[in-house]
Amino acid sequence: MRLLAAMSGGVDSAVAAALAVDAGHDVTGVHLALSPDRQTLRSGARGCCSVEDAHDARRVADELGIPFYVWDLAERFAEDVVEDFVAEYAAGRTPNPCLRCNEKIKFSAVLDRARALGFDAVVTGHHARLADGQLRRSVDAGKDQSYVLGVLRADQLASAMFPLGSITKDRVREIAAERGFAVAAKPDSHDICFIPDGDTRGFLARKLGSRPGPLVDAATGTTVGEHDGTYGFTVGQRRGLGVSAGDQRPRYVLGIEPVSRTVTIGTADLAGIGEVRTAVPSWTGGQPALPFRAEVQLRAHGAPVPCEVTSAGDGGLRILLDDEQRGVAAGQSAVLYEPDPDEGDRVLGQAAVRTVREREETVRH
Amino acid sequence: MTYLDHAATTPVLPEVLAAMTEQLGRVGNASSLHASGRAARRAAEQSRERLAEALGARPSEVLFTGGGTESDNLAVKGLFWARRQADSRRRRIVVSPAEHHAVLDSVEWLAKHDGADVTWLPVEPTGRIRPDVLAEALGDGRDVALASVMWANNEIGTVSDIAALAAVAHEVGVPLHTDAVQAVGQVPVDFGASGVDAVTMTGHKLGGPMGAGVLLLRRDAECTPLLHGGGQERDVRSGTLDVAAIVGLEVATTLAVRTRPERAARIASLRDRLVAGVVSAVPDAQLNGAPLDDALAGGPGRLPGNAHLSFPGAEGDALLMLLDARGIECSTGSACSAGVARPSHVLLATGADAERARSSLRFSLGHTSLDDDVDALLDVIAPVVERARSAGLGRR
Repeated sequence: MRLLAAMSGGVDSAVAAALAVDAGHDVTGVHLALSPDRQTLRSGARGCCSVEDAHDARRVADELGIPFYVWDLAERFAEDVVEDFVAEYAAGRTPNPCLRCNEKIKFSAVLDRARALGFDAVVTGHHARLADGQLRRSVDAGKDQSYVLGVLRADQLASAMFPLGSITKDRVREIAAERGFAVAAKPDSHDICFIPDGDTRGFLARKLGSRPGPLVDAATGTTVGEHDGTYGFTVGQRRGLGVSAGDQRPRYVLGIEPVSRTVTIGTADLAGIGEVRTAVPSWTGGQPALPFRAEVQLRAHGAPVPCEVTSAGDGGLRILLDDEQRGVAAGQSAVLYEPDPDEGDRVLGQAAVRTVREREETVRH
Repeated sequence: MTYLDHAATTPVLPEVLAAMTEQLGRVGNASSLHASGRAARRAAEQSRERLAEALGARPSEVLFTGGGTESDNLAVKGLFWARRQADSRRRRIVVSPAEHHAVLDSVEWLAKHDGADVTWLPVEPTGRIRPDVLAEALGDGRDVALASVMWANNEIGTVSDIAALAAVAHEVGVPLHTDAVQAVGQVPVDFGASGVDAVTMTGHKLGGPMGAGVLLLRRDAECTPLLHGGGQERDVRSGTLDVAAIVGLEVATTLAVRTRPERAARIASLRDRLVAGVVSAVPDAQLNGAPLDDALAGGPGRLPGNAHLSFPGAEGDALLMLLDARGIECSTGSACSAGVARPSHVLLATGADAERARSSLRFSLGHTSLDDDVDALLDVIAPVVERARSAGLGRR
C-alpha cells in the first residue's frame, strides 16, 4: 500500500513508520507543522511542533530512506483545535485537544489530503490495535491511546494504520535503539503541545482574560470565595481551589456554570456521579442496538466502568454507571468499549459528555 | 532520476573534482612562510587572478568567502557599518523585496538591531527594478548607506539591468551591491564594466564546490569585516584560505564563463521546450517572471535555465511531492529551514496574489540537462497537476 506516515519527531511515530516500511509498504513521511511560530529548540517534555522535532522526524525518515515533507497545518490546527479548546473552557467544559486533533486534523485534514494525493492510508504511532476495521486497546495497558481515537468513524479507520498496537512501549524503544534512531530515548510528551510551559490556566487566562465569579459550597449554598475565571477549574479538581474549609475535609470541584461563572465545590461524598448524558455519539462501526451493556472510559487515563447505555431521547446517550465516578466533566469524551480480555477491549464509539447527575436525578452542570 | 533543480545546486564538473583532489592531497597553509605554505599561496593567488580575469575584476578585488550567504552578509552589513561610520546620516538601505534571504534577513537584522531604515523598492511584474524607480528611492543619496539589487533572481530568473542601476546609484554617490550567485556563468558578468561596487558569487551553482564563494569588492569600497582574525582577505575577511575549495571555485568559474555562450543557448532551447510542453499539457499554467525571449542591452533578460510556473488550484508543495515520487526533482523556490512551504516572497513582491505564489514550481536546467529530462517531466506533468488539484490548496 502507499502509506503516509505522520511523524512527530517522537519515538512512537518513528517506529511506526519503520514497521510500515518493514512490512513492505511504500511509505512517505510527513511532519505536521501545527504552530504558526515554531520554536527552534524543544522546551519541556513536548513531543512535537518545534523545528528540532521536525529535524528528529526528518533524521528518521532519511535513515529509513523514505521521502519526507513538512505540511503546514497551523491554520487548521488553530481553528479546529486551539480555538475549540479555548471556547470549550469558556463554556465551562473540559475538552481533550488530542482527541480533537485526531478527529479534525490527523484523520480528517491530513487523511483527506493524503487520499487525494494517492495514498491509501495514514500511519501513526498511536498505541492501539486496529484490524478488520475494529479498534481495540493496545497490548500495553499503561500506554493505550484508544481513548483519543474513539472519535474516529468507520471510514476514517478504514484508512488508518496503527502498527504499534500489538507491542509495548518498552519494545518500541528497543526497536528504535536497535535501529540506531537518535529518538530512541527521547522523553514521552505529556503536556498539551500548544501550551509549551504546561500552564494551562495561564494560557487560558491570556486568551480569555479575567472573568471573576463566586466559589459556592454545594452543601450550604454559600459563597466561600472568588475565582478569576471558571476556565481555571475542571470538575473533580481538588488542588488550587484557594479555599480552606473549617472541617479539614478536602473539597472538590463539583460543577461549573459558565453564565453566572459559578464554581460549585463540595466534599467527596457529593462528588460521585452515577449518570452521564451526552451529545450525539459517533460510532467506529455500526451503531449498537440500544440499550446495551458496555464499559465506559470518561477521561484519557481513566479506568473503564461497567455501564448500561440507553437513549437520552434527544439523539444523545444516557449512560448509567454501575459504580459512582468522580471527576466527570462536561466536554470530556465518554468512550464506550466492549470488554474483550483476549483480543483487547473493542472501541464501540464515543460521545461528548453534556451533563452529569447523581443517581437521584439532581442535575449538575 | 530527472534533476531539474540546478539553481539549488548543480553537479560538480569533472575538471573541478580533479583539481580539488590534487590540491587536497597537498599540505600547506597559504599564510605559512615555508615552501609548503608558498605552494598553497601560489595556488590560491593563481586562482584569484584567473577568477578576476574571468569576471572583469582586479585580483585585489576578489575576496574569498565561505559562500553566497557570507558574501551577502559581508556586503550588506560591512558596507552599512563602514558608510555610517564615515557619516552618521547614512542609515538608509534601499533594497529590492525580491532578494534572496541572505540579503533580506541581513537588512532586516540591521533594521531591528542596528538602527537601519529600509526603503523597499517597488518591483515590476517581471521582478525587475526600474532605474528611475531606484533613482527616486535614493533621492539625493545623502542618507543612504547602500543599495542592493540582485543581478539575477534565484526564483523567477529575472535578470537586472545592473549597469543602469549602478549608474543611477553612483550619480548620488551610493554604492550598489548585487547578488550574482545565479548570474555568473549564465549571463555575461563583467564586474568592472558593470560599475557595481560589490558582487556576491558562489561556486556550487556553476559546477564548483559548496562552501566557497567570493565577494568582488571595489578597491575604493570601505567594508567593515564580519569575521576578525588573521586578516587574510584584504583585512575585510579572515580565516585560513580553503585552497582546494578556492581552486575548485576558480576552475568552475573559468570554465562556466568560457563555455557560457554555447551552453546558455543549448539550455535556453531546452527550457523553451519545457515551458511550451508544460503549457500545452496544462493550458492554464502561468509563466512567472520575464518573457522567455526577454533581452537586455548586455544579454538575456531571463536566466537561460529558469522555468518558473504557477499551476492555479494546485499547491506547490503537493506538486513537488508528486513529482518527487515519480523521480523528478524540482523546487517550490522558497522554503525555510524547517521545510515549511511559504508563499514565495519573490512572487508576492511582483504583485502576484498569495494563491499564485503558493501554486508555483521552479524547474531549473543546467550543464548536465538533456532532452530526456524535459521529456520525463512532460510525460507526467498533466496527471500530476490534476492529482494535486484534487487535493486542493489544503486550506479552507
